[in-house]
Amino acid sequence: MKQLLLAIALVVLSLLSNVALAAGSSVPLDKANYDLTDQASLQNGARIFMNYCLGCHQQQYQRYSRTFEDLGVPAELGQEYLQFTGEKVTDYITTPMPQDAAATWFGAPPPDLTLVARVRGADWLYTYLRTFYVDDSKTFGVNNLVFPNVGMPHVLQELQGTPRIAYEDALIDGEVVPQYVGIKSDGDGELSPDEYDKAILDLVNYLEYTGEPSRLSSEKIGKGVLVFILIFFVFAYLLKKDYWRDVKK
Amino acid sequence: MNGLLNWIEQRIPMMRVANMHAIQYPAPVNLNFWYVFGFLATIVLVNQIVTGIWLTMNFEPSAERAFASVEYIMREVDYGWLIRYMHSTGASAFFIVVYMHMFRGMIYGSYQKPRELLWVFGMLIYLALMAEAFMGYVLPWGQMSYWGAQVIVSLFSAIPVIGPDLVIWIQGDYVISGATLNRFFALHVIALPLVIVILVFLHIIALHEVGSNNPDGIAIKHKKGSLAEEDKTSYEIHEYYTGKYDIADDVVPFFPHVVLKDLVAFSIFLAGFAYVLFFAPEMGGKFLEHPNFEIANPLKTPEHIFPVWYFTPFYAILKAVPDKLFGVLAMFGAIAALFAMPWLDRGNVRSWRYRCGLHKWNLIVFAIVFIFLGYLGGTPQENWKIIASQIATVMYFGFFGLLWIYSKNEKTKPVPERITK
Repeated sequence: MKQLLLAIALVVLSLLSNVALAAGSSVPLDKANYDLTDQASLQNGARIFMNYCLGCHQQQYQRYSRTFEDLGVPAELGQEYLQFTGEKVTDYITTPMPQDAAATWFGAPPPDLTLVARVRGADWLYTYLRTFYVDDSKTFGVNNLVFPNVGMPHVLQELQGTPRIAYEDALIDGEVVPQYVGIKSDGDGELSPDEYDKAILDLVNYLEYTGEPSRLSSEKIGKGVLVFILIFFVFAYLLKKDYWRDVKK
Repeated sequence: MNGLLNWIEQRIPMMRVANMHAIQYPAPVNLNFWYVFGFLATIVLVNQIVTGIWLTMNFEPSAERAFASVEYIMREVDYGWLIRYMHSTGASAFFIVVYMHMFRGMIYGSYQKPRELLWVFGMLIYLALMAEAFMGYVLPWGQMSYWGAQVIVSLFSAIPVIGPDLVIWIQGDYVISGATLNRFFALHVIALPLVIVILVFLHIIALHEVGSNNPDGIAIKHKKGSLAEEDKTSYEIHEYYTGKYDIADDVVPFFPHVVLKDLVAFSIFLAGFAYVLFFAPEMGGKFLEHPNFEIANPLKTPEHIFPVWYFTPFYAILKAVPDKLFGVLAMFGAIAALFAMPWLDRGNVRSWRYRCGLHKWNLIVFAIVFIFLGYLGGTPQENWKIIASQIATVMYFGFFGLLWIYSKNEKTKPVPERITK
């Protein structure tokens, strides 16, 4: 009987593990090794967000003050370097772009980004922001590998430089076939490829943070709770054993 | 203190009820791991009610504010995230313990005579719980809330003649809208919790009338005068039970013995619950689906629409049948078959320990098929899955058919007179 239960448990586990494969993209996603405890990274991510994303996208469920507090940014500095249109520190992070007009310009209003990391996943965002490439057939002159025909310009192009799909000739079955090897920048951007990856990682880190600002405190409290439950278990078990000692078995 | 207790006791039977239903309730001594899930379900129910009350203090049930107010709870209400995750994790935990509890009833024959009504009340709780969970999932007004509701509510349109009008009546609008959200909120926080609490009360009263079953599936209560004095229990059992029966030396009092056992199980359960709650509240997109972090958008259909994991076995059965009406009938039939368990099983031996080998395999295959259907209903459609879900659906119903056939003249093993220790 025990083996049967074990077998059932194994079936359940193997089914659950299949779930991890259910992402909906044709391009393999790169792993985003973000670190929510790295405040310098989060601050840089917030800086990139406020400078490049907030022009169109909002984070309407998060207040500036919460971001500043959690990222260790003093309110005065935050107001000076991260707020550009004279909002109060306690205001929600909203974009000055009128959403109705944006819907006409882009076909749909630019999505709110407060929770985007929880919708798409960090790996998706990390890959998406690094796979824009020049495609003159598109309205904004760029296309994306993860999100084909995306209606968004490559706003980080001044950082990355002009990105092009790179091919290398490879010999397959005796024929020379161009093989996709990745996205390569022309090198006309402010950042080197490594610096650009790092900048995107910081941005993803920040978006991961705003998706769930309670994550760090949750894990901290969770550890304490688990230790408490373990101690509780030991006492409950000993008490049970004591009471059941005299029960005839 | 004693005087006060006496004063109360003369006016309301507080201690008498506590003694009868908890302290001096005779529980079989051999209750094993499978018997903790009823207790755990009660705990989770309390968790859902308490956290639910606190959530309603800040939740705003309107299409305009529902999503934002959930994020307000997550970000700005003190420990709002904790309360919300306790509630969302609790919903899935509820179904895990209820499914275990139901399977326990199946393997040890706890639905058989005289526990038919006990089983039916349990099934009614399960049904009310499904309605409760479905409506609760709509409230955060995310993409999956909206489109999941769309799929489930539209099932009613398959009913001939009245179907389309019925859908409008349920929605309170021509489409799923704020009106739907508002009435689901009312049903989720008042109507269904009341129904569930009343049903749980009836479930426990019925349980205490017929007594707990046990892994041997045999009675601990014997005919008055049939047991020798040394075979009777030496524990203090309430005379409500000892007055009518001889209680064998196979029992322990519910308190403290069973309660302490449950407490150990509870602490193990709590460890798992807390782990998910604090470290993986989304449970890989199974407890909180990723698209549900995006606000409901009637103009944008998600790539894949799945109900939450606990409905997916029935969703797979629905999709396995090509015709919509028959699919809906099959889905409801799958639940109705469970209701009919006490009458489909014509055997008179309860526990699978003493039943034929076929019965054991039938139960195990049923459990695997149920989990497999859950997998099929919760992952994107592929060609092989259509055939697979059709086979699994036939096997699901095959369990009940087989049971009905072989239980009539089943070759069972000899059942012991007294509980094996």
